[in-house]
Amino acid sequence: MTAAVTILLPGVLRAEAADQSRLTVDTTGSLRTVLDAVAEAWPRLDRRLRDEQGALRRYVNIYVDGNDCRRSGGLDTPVPPGAEIQVLPSVAGG
Amino acid sequence: MTVLLTIGTSKGLFLATTENRVDWQVSGPHFAMTSIYAVGIDRRRATPRLLAGVDSSHFGPSVATSDDLGKTWSEPDEAPVAFPADTDTSLVRVWQLAPGPAGEPDVVYAGTQPSALFRSEDGGRTFTLVRALWDHPHRPEWGAGFGGQAIHTILPHPEDPARVLVAMSTGGVYRTSDGGSTWSPGNAGIKAGFFPDPYPEFGQCVHKVARDAGDPTRLYAQNHGGVYRSDDEGATWSSIAEGLPSDFGFPIVTHPGRPATLWTFPLAADSERFPPDHRCRVFRSTDAGTSWDALSAGLPTDPFYPTVLRDAMCADNATPAGVYFGTRSGEVWSSRDEGESWVQVAAHLPDVLSVKAAEL
Repeated sequence: MTAAVTILLPGVLRAEAADQSRLTVDTTGSLRTVLDAVAEAWPRLDRRLRDEQGALRRYVNIYVDGNDCRRSGGLDTPVPPGAEIQVLPSVAGG
Repeated sequence: MTVLLTIGTSKGLFLATTENRVDWQVSGPHFAMTSIYAVGIDRRRATPRLLAGVDSSHFGPSVATSDDLGKTWSEPDEAPVAFPADTDTSLVRVWQLAPGPAGEPDVVYAGTQPSALFRSEDGGRTFTLVRALWDHPHRPEWGAGFGGQAIHTILPHPEDPARVLVAMSTGGVYRTSDGGSTWSPGNAGIKAGFFPDPYPEFGQCVHKVARDAGDPTRLYAQNHGGVYRSDDEGATWSSIAEGLPSDFGFPIVTHPGRPATLWTFPLAADSERFPPDHRCRVFRSTDAGTSWDALSAGLPTDPFYPTVLRDAMCADNATPAGVYFGTRSGEVWSSRDEGESWVQVAAHLPDVLSVKAAEL
Protein backbone atom coordinates (compact mmCIF):
# COMPACT_ATOMS: atom_id res chain seq x y z
CA MET A 1 0.00 0.00 0.00
CA THR A 2 1.30 3.42 -0.97
CA ALA A 3 1.04 6.28 1.48
CA ALA A 4 0.06 8.78 -1.15
CA VAL A 5 -3.56 9.86 -1.59
CA THR A 6 -4.91 10.06 -5.11
CA ILE A 7 -7.36 12.75 -6.15
CA LEU A 8 -9.35 12.30 -9.36
CA LEU A 9 -10.60 15.46 -11.04
CA PRO A 10 -13.46 15.93 -13.50
CA GLY A 11 -12.55 17.42 -16.86
CA VAL A 12 -14.07 20.78 -16.04
CA LEU A 13 -11.60 21.30 -13.17
CA ARG A 14 -8.40 20.07 -14.74
CA ALA A 15 -7.41 23.51 -16.01
CA GLU A 16 -6.97 24.51 -12.38
CA ALA A 17 -4.33 21.79 -11.90
CA ALA A 18 -2.19 22.11 -15.03
CA ASP A 19 -4.55 19.88 -17.00
CA GLN A 20 -3.96 16.90 -14.75
CA SER A 21 -6.78 14.43 -14.19
CA ARG A 22 -5.06 12.74 -11.25
CA LEU A 23 -3.22 14.42 -8.39
CA THR A 24 -1.28 12.79 -5.61
CA VAL A 25 -0.58 14.27 -2.20
CA ASP A 26 1.34 12.79 0.70
CA THR A 27 -1.09 14.12 3.31
CA THR A 28 -3.55 11.84 5.09
CA GLY A 29 -5.80 12.30 8.09
CA SER A 30 -9.06 13.97 7.15
CA LEU A 31 -10.54 15.20 3.92
CA ARG A 32 -10.01 18.72 5.26
CA THR A 33 -6.27 18.22 5.73
CA VAL A 34 -5.99 16.68 2.28
CA LEU A 35 -7.82 19.64 0.72
CA ASP A 36 -5.58 21.99 2.70
CA ALA A 37 -2.61 20.28 1.05
CA VAL A 38 -4.31 20.65 -2.34
CA ALA A 39 -4.80 24.35 -1.60
CA GLU A 40 -1.08 24.79 -1.01
CA ALA A 41 -0.26 23.49 -4.46
CA TRP A 42 -3.39 24.44 -6.37
CA PRO A 43 -5.18 27.33 -4.62
CA ARG A 44 -7.53 28.03 -7.49
CA LEU A 45 -8.64 24.40 -7.56
CA ASP A 46 -9.35 24.53 -3.85
CA ARG A 47 -11.55 27.61 -4.12
CA ARG A 48 -13.63 25.86 -6.78
CA LEU A 49 -14.28 23.13 -4.21
CA ARG A 50 -14.56 25.13 -0.97
CA ASP A 51 -15.71 28.66 -0.21
CA GLU A 52 -13.63 31.20 1.69
CA GLN A 53 -14.89 29.87 5.03
CA GLY A 54 -13.70 26.40 4.14
CA ALA A 55 -17.12 24.86 3.50
CA LEU A 56 -17.56 22.38 0.68
CA ARG A 57 -19.54 24.00 -2.13
CA ARG A 58 -23.11 22.82 -2.31
CA TYR A 59 -22.94 21.26 -5.76
CA VAL A 60 -19.52 19.67 -5.42
CA ASN A 61 -19.53 16.02 -4.37
CA ILE A 62 -16.42 14.31 -3.04
CA TYR A 63 -16.15 10.57 -2.59
CA VAL A 64 -13.47 9.00 -0.38
CA ASP A 65 -12.87 5.42 -1.47
CA GLY A 66 -16.29 5.46 -3.06
CA ASN A 67 -18.17 6.91 -0.11
CA ASP A 68 -19.92 10.26 -0.34
CA CYS A 69 -18.16 12.47 2.19
CA ARG A 70 -21.45 14.12 3.13
CA ARG A 71 -22.57 10.78 4.56
CA SER A 72 -19.31 9.95 6.28
CA GLY A 73 -18.29 12.99 8.26
CA GLY A 74 -18.09 15.76 5.69
CA LEU A 75 -14.70 17.39 5.67
CA ASP A 76 -13.83 15.35 8.77
CA THR A 77 -14.13 12.14 6.75
CA PRO A 78 -11.02 10.04 7.48
CA VAL A 79 -8.60 9.67 4.59
CA PRO A 80 -6.27 6.72 5.15
CA PRO A 81 -2.98 6.16 3.33
CA GLY A 82 -3.58 5.01 -0.22
CA ALA A 83 -7.09 6.40 -0.37
CA GLU A 84 -8.68 7.51 -3.62
CA ILE A 85 -10.64 10.76 -3.56
CA GLN A 86 -12.97 11.47 -6.45
CA VAL A 87 -14.36 14.94 -7.12
CA LEU A 88 -17.59 15.06 -9.12
CA PRO A 89 -19.97 17.91 -9.93
CA SER A 90 -23.43 17.05 -8.68
CA VAL A 91 -26.50 16.96 -10.86
CA ALA A 92 -27.66 20.57 -10.96
CA GLY A 93 -28.53 23.31 -13.38
CA GLY A 94 -30.90 23.86 -16.24
CA MET B 1 -15.59 53.60 -34.81
CA THR B 2 -15.35 50.26 -33.06
CA VAL B 3 -17.84 49.51 -30.30
CA LEU B 4 -17.65 46.56 -27.95
CA LEU B 5 -20.83 45.26 -26.36
CA THR B 6 -20.51 42.72 -23.57
CA ILE B 7 -23.52 40.47 -23.08
CA GLY B 8 -23.60 38.61 -19.79
CA THR B 9 -26.05 35.72 -19.76
CA SER B 10 -27.09 32.93 -17.46
CA LYS B 11 -24.80 30.57 -19.38
CA GLY B 12 -21.77 32.65 -20.24
CA LEU B 13 -20.42 35.89 -21.65
CA PHE B 14 -20.90 36.86 -25.28
CA LEU B 15 -18.92 39.67 -26.90
CA ALA B 16 -20.28 41.69 -29.81
CA THR B 17 -18.29 44.15 -31.89
CA THR B 18 -19.26 46.52 -34.65
CA GLU B 19 -17.88 49.30 -36.80
CA ASN B 20 -21.22 50.95 -37.47
CA ARG B 21 -23.52 49.84 -34.62
CA VAL B 22 -25.77 48.15 -37.18
CA ASP B 23 -23.84 45.05 -38.23
CA TRP B 24 -22.58 43.06 -35.25
CA GLN B 25 -20.20 40.14 -34.90
CA VAL B 26 -21.00 38.05 -31.83
CA SER B 27 -18.55 35.60 -30.24
CA GLY B 28 -18.78 33.33 -27.26
CA PRO B 29 -19.74 32.02 -24.91
CA HIS B 30 -16.77 32.78 -22.72
CA PHE B 31 -17.03 31.14 -19.29
CA ALA B 32 -19.69 28.78 -20.62
CA MET B 33 -22.21 27.54 -18.08
CA THR B 34 -21.60 30.39 -15.69
CA SER B 35 -23.87 33.34 -14.90
CA ILE B 36 -22.41 36.73 -15.75
CA TYR B 37 -24.29 39.24 -13.64
CA ALA B 38 -21.57 41.89 -13.66
CA VAL B 39 -19.20 43.21 -16.30
CA GLY B 40 -17.07 46.31 -16.04
CA ILE B 41 -15.32 48.08 -18.91
CA ASP B 42 -12.52 50.15 -17.43
CA ARG B 43 -11.74 52.81 -20.03
CA ARG B 44 -9.12 54.51 -17.87
CA ARG B 45 -6.47 52.32 -19.51
CA ALA B 46 -4.99 52.62 -22.99
CA THR B 47 -6.60 49.30 -23.79
CA PRO B 48 -9.75 49.05 -21.71
CA ARG B 49 -9.69 46.34 -19.08
CA LEU B 50 -12.70 44.04 -19.01
CA LEU B 51 -13.82 42.69 -15.66
CA ALA B 52 -16.32 39.87 -15.41
CA GLY B 53 -18.15 38.55 -12.38
CA VAL B 54 -18.24 34.84 -13.15
CA ASP B 55 -20.64 32.70 -11.14
CA SER B 56 -20.57 28.94 -11.47
CA SER B 57 -23.45 27.16 -9.80
CA HIS B 58 -21.06 24.30 -9.06
CA PHE B 59 -17.71 25.94 -8.45
CA GLY B 60 -18.60 29.30 -6.99
CA PRO B 61 -18.07 32.95 -7.86
CA SER B 62 -14.96 34.76 -9.06
CA VAL B 63 -13.82 37.83 -10.97
CA ALA B 64 -11.77 37.49 -14.14
CA THR B 65 -10.03 40.27 -16.04
CA SER B 66 -8.93 40.71 -19.63
CA ASP B 67 -6.45 43.24 -20.99
CA ASP B 68 -6.91 42.21 -24.62
CA LEU B 69 -10.63 42.92 -24.97
CA GLY B 70 -11.74 39.43 -24.13
CA LYS B 71 -9.36 37.31 -26.18
CA THR B 72 -7.81 35.95 -22.99
CA TRP B 73 -8.86 36.13 -19.37
CA SER B 74 -7.06 35.61 -16.11
CA GLU B 75 -7.78 35.53 -12.41
CA PRO B 76 -5.50 35.36 -9.39
CA ASP B 77 -4.87 32.15 -7.47
CA GLU B 78 -6.49 33.51 -4.34
CA ALA B 79 -10.18 34.45 -4.50
CA PRO B 80 -10.39 38.04 -5.82
CA VAL B 81 -13.49 38.81 -3.74
CA ALA B 82 -13.79 36.95 -0.44
CA PHE B 83 -15.25 37.72 2.95
CA PRO B 84 -12.76 37.79 5.84
CA ALA B 85 -12.85 34.81 8.20
CA ASP B 86 -14.30 36.80 11.11
CA THR B 87 -17.44 37.64 9.14
CA ASP B 88 -18.40 33.95 8.94
CA THR B 89 -19.86 34.83 5.55
CA SER B 90 -19.22 33.47 2.10
CA LEU B 91 -19.55 35.26 -1.20
CA VAL B 92 -22.57 34.15 -3.17
CA ARG B 93 -22.20 36.34 -6.25
CA VAL B 94 -20.67 39.54 -7.60
CA TRP B 95 -23.50 41.77 -8.84
CA GLN B 96 -21.59 44.86 -9.87
CA LEU B 97 -18.10 45.89 -10.98
CA ALA B 98 -17.60 49.64 -11.14
CA PRO B 99 -14.37 51.42 -12.04
CA GLY B 100 -13.56 54.30 -9.70
CA PRO B 101 -13.10 57.95 -10.68
CA ALA B 102 -10.43 59.13 -13.09
CA GLY B 103 -8.31 60.41 -10.23
CA GLU B 104 -7.99 56.91 -8.80
CA PRO B 105 -7.07 54.92 -11.90
CA ASP B 106 -6.53 51.60 -10.10
CA VAL B 107 -9.62 51.71 -7.90
CA VAL B 108 -12.48 49.39 -8.79
CA TYR B 109 -15.50 48.60 -6.64
CA ALA B 110 -17.44 45.34 -6.43
CA GLY B 111 -20.96 44.97 -5.08
CA THR B 112 -21.90 41.55 -3.82
CA GLN B 113 -24.49 39.15 -2.53
CA PRO B 114 -24.85 39.17 0.43
CA SER B 115 -24.95 42.95 0.49
CA ALA B 116 -21.40 44.21 0.79
CA LEU B 117 -19.05 46.58 -0.95
CA PHE B 118 -15.50 45.62 -1.84
CA ARG B 119 -12.72 47.94 -3.04
CA SER B 120 -9.77 47.09 -5.25
CA GLU B 121 -6.66 49.21 -5.56
CA ASP B 122 -5.00 47.05 -8.20
CA GLY B 123 -7.40 47.52 -11.06
CA GLY B 124 -9.82 44.81 -10.02
CA ARG B 125 -7.50 41.88 -9.50
CA THR B 126 -8.00 41.70 -5.71
CA PHE B 127 -10.59 43.34 -3.48
CA THR B 128 -10.96 44.19 0.21
CA LEU B 129 -14.21 44.41 2.16
CA VAL B 130 -15.33 47.97 2.99
CA ARG B 131 -15.75 47.38 6.69
CA ALA B 132 -17.73 50.44 7.69
CA LEU B 133 -20.64 49.52 5.44
CA TRP B 134 -20.49 45.85 6.46
CA ASP B 135 -20.54 46.93 10.12
CA HIS B 136 -23.41 49.39 9.58
CA PRO B 137 -25.99 49.03 12.36
CA HIS B 138 -28.76 48.79 9.76
CA ARG B 139 -27.27 45.70 8.12
CA PRO B 140 -29.15 43.09 10.22
CA GLU B 141 -32.38 44.65 8.97
CA TRP B 142 -31.48 44.66 5.28
CA GLY B 143 -33.65 42.15 3.48
CA ALA B 144 -33.59 40.08 0.35
CA GLY B 145 -35.63 40.39 -2.80
CA PHE B 146 -36.43 37.49 -5.08
CA GLY B 147 -32.98 37.71 -6.65
CA GLY B 148 -31.21 37.64 -3.31
CA GLN B 149 -29.77 40.32 -1.05
CA ALA B 150 -27.17 42.29 -2.95
CA ILE B 151 -25.49 45.59 -3.61
CA HIS B 152 -26.19 45.90 -7.32
CA THR B 153 -25.42 49.58 -7.92
CA ILE B 154 -22.19 51.47 -7.24
CA LEU B 155 -21.79 55.06 -8.33
CA PRO B 156 -18.41 56.60 -7.50
CA HIS B 157 -18.52 60.39 -7.75
CA PRO B 158 -16.79 61.32 -11.03
CA GLU B 159 -14.52 63.91 -9.40
CA ASP B 160 -14.48 63.39 -5.63
CA PRO B 161 -13.02 59.99 -4.67
CA ALA B 162 -14.43 60.34 -1.15
CA ARG B 163 -18.03 60.23 -2.38
CA VAL B 164 -19.61 56.91 -3.35
CA LEU B 165 -23.25 55.88 -3.57
CA VAL B 166 -24.47 52.30 -3.44
CA ALA B 167 -27.93 50.78 -3.77
CA MET B 168 -29.13 47.43 -2.60
CA SER B 169 -32.20 45.25 -2.73
CA THR B 170 -33.49 45.46 -0.17
CA GLY B 171 -32.07 48.22 1.98
CA GLY B 172 -32.10 51.10 -0.47
CA VAL B 173 -29.51 53.79 -1.11
CA TYR B 174 -26.49 54.45 1.13
CA ARG B 175 -23.88 57.15 0.66
CA THR B 176 -20.45 58.01 1.94
CA SER B 177 -18.71 61.36 1.64
CA ASP B 178 -15.59 60.44 3.60
CA GLY B 179 -14.07 57.70 1.55
CA GLY B 180 -16.15 54.92 3.04
CA SER B 181 -15.54 55.55 6.73
CA THR B 182 -19.18 56.36 7.41
CA TRP B 183 -22.36 55.59 5.46
CA SER B 184 -25.83 57.11 5.69
CA PRO B 185 -29.10 56.04 4.08
CA GLY B 186 -30.45 58.23 1.29
CA ASN B 187 -34.01 57.12 0.73
CA ALA B 188 -36.20 60.06 1.80
CA GLY B 189 -39.15 60.17 -0.56
CA ILE B 190 -38.71 56.67 -2.02
CA LYS B 191 -41.70 54.47 -1.35
CA ALA B 192 -41.51 50.97 0.10
CA GLY B 193 -45.03 49.75 -0.56
CA PHE B 194 -44.29 46.39 0.98
CA PHE B 195 -43.91 47.85 4.52
CA PRO B 196 -46.63 49.11 6.89
CA ASP B 197 -44.72 52.42 6.92
CA PRO B 198 -44.25 53.08 3.22
CA TYR B 199 -41.57 55.73 3.75
CA PRO B 200 -38.98 54.19 6.10
CA GLU B 201 -35.48 55.56 6.58
CA PHE B 202 -34.13 52.47 4.82
CA GLY B 203 -35.36 49.13 3.55
CA GLN B 204 -36.49 50.22 0.10
CA CYS B 205 -36.04 47.90 -2.86
CA VAL B 206 -34.24 50.30 -5.17
CA HIS B 207 -33.66 48.44 -8.42
CA LYS B 208 -31.12 50.75 -10.07
CA VAL B 209 -29.67 54.25 -9.75
CA ALA B 210 -27.94 56.30 -12.45
CA ARG B 211 -26.08 59.59 -12.26
CA ASP B 212 -26.79 62.58 -14.51
CA ALA B 213 -24.07 63.41 -17.02
CA GLY B 214 -24.03 67.11 -16.30
CA ASP B 215 -24.69 67.38 -12.59
CA PRO B 216 -23.16 64.75 -10.31
CA THR B 217 -25.60 65.64 -7.54
CA ARG B 218 -28.54 64.70 -9.79
CA LEU B 219 -29.53 61.03 -9.66
CA TYR B 220 -32.32 58.91 -11.11
CA ALA B 221 -33.73 55.76 -9.49
CA GLN B 222 -35.90 52.96 -10.75
CA ASN B 223 -37.51 51.59 -7.62
CA HIS B 224 -39.63 48.53 -6.93
CA GLY B 225 -42.61 50.72 -7.71
CA GLY B 226 -41.67 54.31 -8.38
CA VAL B 227 -39.28 56.24 -10.61
CA TYR B 228 -37.49 59.07 -8.86
CA ARG B 229 -35.01 61.92 -9.24
CA SER B 230 -32.77 63.41 -6.61
CA ASP B 231 -31.20 66.83 -7.03
CA ASP B 232 -29.20 66.63 -3.82
CA GLU B 233 -27.12 63.51 -4.34
CA GLY B 234 -29.65 61.17 -2.81
CA ALA B 235 -30.67 63.10 0.30
CA THR B 236 -34.23 63.48 -0.99
CA TRP B 237 -36.13 62.05 -3.94
CA SER B 238 -39.24 63.06 -5.89
CA SER B 239 -41.31 61.14 -8.39
CA ILE B 240 -40.69 61.43 -12.13
CA ALA B 241 -43.06 58.60 -13.03
CA GLU B 242 -45.66 60.93 -14.51
CA GLY B 243 -45.73 60.28 -18.24
CA LEU B 244 -44.50 56.70 -18.02
CA PRO B 245 -46.98 53.87 -18.63
CA SER B 246 -46.02 52.36 -15.27
CA ASP B 247 -43.63 53.02 -12.42
CA PHE B 248 -42.27 49.47 -12.17
CA GLY B 249 -39.18 48.13 -13.89
CA PHE B 250 -35.56 47.33 -13.31
CA PRO B 251 -33.04 49.39 -15.33
CA ILE B 252 -32.47 53.12 -15.57
CA VAL B 253 -29.70 54.47 -17.78
CA THR B 254 -28.33 57.98 -18.22
CA HIS B 255 -26.74 59.59 -21.26
CA PRO B 256 -22.94 59.49 -21.00
CA GLY B 257 -22.50 63.14 -21.93
CA ARG B 258 -25.73 65.09 -22.19
CA PRO B 259 -27.42 66.29 -19.01
CA ALA B 260 -31.04 65.40 -18.21
CA THR B 261 -31.26 62.51 -20.70
CA LEU B 262 -32.15 59.02 -19.57
CA TRP B 263 -33.81 55.79 -20.67
CA THR B 264 -35.87 53.10 -18.98
CA PHE B 265 -37.78 49.95 -19.87
CA PRO B 266 -40.95 49.80 -17.77
CA LEU B 267 -42.86 46.70 -16.78
CA ALA B 268 -46.57 46.86 -16.08
CA ALA B 269 -46.40 46.20 -12.33
CA ASP B 270 -44.84 44.14 -9.58
CA SER B 271 -47.67 41.67 -10.05
CA GLU B 272 -47.56 41.87 -13.86
CA ARG B 273 -43.99 41.72 -15.02
CA PHE B 274 -44.62 42.23 -18.72
CA PRO B 275 -44.01 45.39 -20.74
CA PRO B 276 -47.10 47.63 -20.48
CA ASP B 277 -49.71 46.62 -23.06
CA HIS B 278 -47.28 43.83 -24.08
CA ARG B 279 -45.46 46.32 -26.31
CA CYS B 280 -41.69 46.43 -26.64
CA ARG B 281 -40.88 50.07 -25.94
CA VAL B 282 -38.01 52.01 -24.47
CA PHE B 283 -38.91 55.29 -22.76
CA ARG B 284 -36.64 58.32 -22.94
CA SER B 285 -36.66 61.63 -21.17
CA THR B 286 -34.57 64.60 -22.28
CA ASP B 287 -35.77 66.89 -19.49
CA ALA B 288 -34.67 65.00 -16.37
CA GLY B 289 -37.85 62.98 -16.15
CA THR B 290 -40.38 65.77 -16.54
CA SER B 291 -41.71 64.14 -19.70
CA TRP B 292 -41.16 60.84 -21.49
CA ASP B 293 -41.26 59.61 -25.09
CA ALA B 294 -41.93 56.04 -26.16
CA LEU B 295 -39.34 54.70 -28.63
CA SER B 296 -39.98 51.57 -30.65
CA ALA B 297 -38.86 51.99 -34.27
CA GLY B 298 -37.32 48.71 -35.31
CA LEU B 299 -38.34 46.87 -32.15
CA PRO B 300 -40.74 43.89 -32.28
CA THR B 301 -44.33 44.80 -32.99
CA ASP B 302 -45.80 41.44 -31.96
CA PRO B 303 -47.05 41.05 -28.39
CA PHE B 304 -43.89 41.17 -26.28
CA TYR B 305 -43.52 39.57 -22.86
CA PRO B 306 -39.83 39.44 -21.84
CA THR B 307 -38.29 41.29 -18.92
CA VAL B 308 -35.22 43.54 -19.08
CA LEU B 309 -33.22 43.09 -15.89
CA ARG B 310 -31.52 45.87 -13.91
CA ASP B 311 -28.12 45.61 -15.59
CA ALA B 312 -29.40 44.49 -18.97
CA MET B 313 -29.64 48.03 -20.34
CA CYS B 314 -26.81 50.48 -20.95
CA ALA B 315 -25.45 53.28 -23.10
CA ASP B 316 -22.10 53.57 -24.81
CA ASN B 317 -19.80 56.60 -24.87
CA ALA B 318 -19.94 57.25 -28.62
CA THR B 319 -21.49 60.24 -30.38
CA PRO B 320 -24.41 60.06 -30.76
CA ALA B 321 -24.83 57.74 -27.82
CA GLY B 322 -25.73 54.13 -28.45
CA VAL B 323 -28.33 52.46 -26.25
CA TYR B 324 -28.62 48.73 -25.67
CA PHE B 325 -30.85 46.26 -23.90
CA GLY B 326 -31.10 42.50 -23.55
CA THR B 327 -34.04 40.37 -22.52
CA ARG B 328 -34.59 37.28 -20.47
CA SER B 329 -35.61 35.65 -23.74
CA GLY B 330 -32.08 36.06 -25.09
CA GLU B 331 -32.57 38.95 -27.48
CA VAL B 332 -30.22 41.93 -27.60
CA TRP B 333 -31.15 45.23 -29.26
CA SER B 334 -29.07 48.29 -30.05
CA SER B 335 -29.73 51.85 -31.10
CA ARG B 336 -27.05 54.07 -32.60
CA ASP B 337 -29.19 57.20 -32.43
CA GLU B 338 -30.07 57.46 -28.76
CA GLY B 339 -33.13 55.26 -29.05
CA GLU B 340 -34.77 56.68 -32.18
CA SER B 341 -34.28 53.39 -34.08
CA TRP B 342 -33.23 49.89 -33.16
CA VAL B 343 -31.55 46.84 -34.70
CA GLN B 344 -31.18 43.37 -33.29
CA VAL B 345 -27.67 42.42 -32.20
CA ALA B 346 -28.39 38.82 -31.25
CA ALA B 347 -31.23 36.40 -30.59
CA HIS B 348 -31.66 32.96 -29.06
CA LEU B 349 -29.05 33.58 -26.39
CA PRO B 350 -29.55 32.41 -22.81
CA ASP B 351 -31.27 34.87 -20.45
CA VAL B 352 -29.47 38.22 -20.68
CA LEU B 353 -28.38 39.39 -17.25
CA SER B 354 -26.09 42.30 -18.08
CA VAL B 355 -24.89 44.46 -20.96
CA LYS B 356 -22.09 47.00 -21.10
CA ALA B 357 -20.85 48.92 -24.13
CA ALA B 358 -17.94 51.18 -24.99
CA GLU B 359 -16.42 52.83 -28.03
CA LEU B 360 -12.86 51.54 -28.21
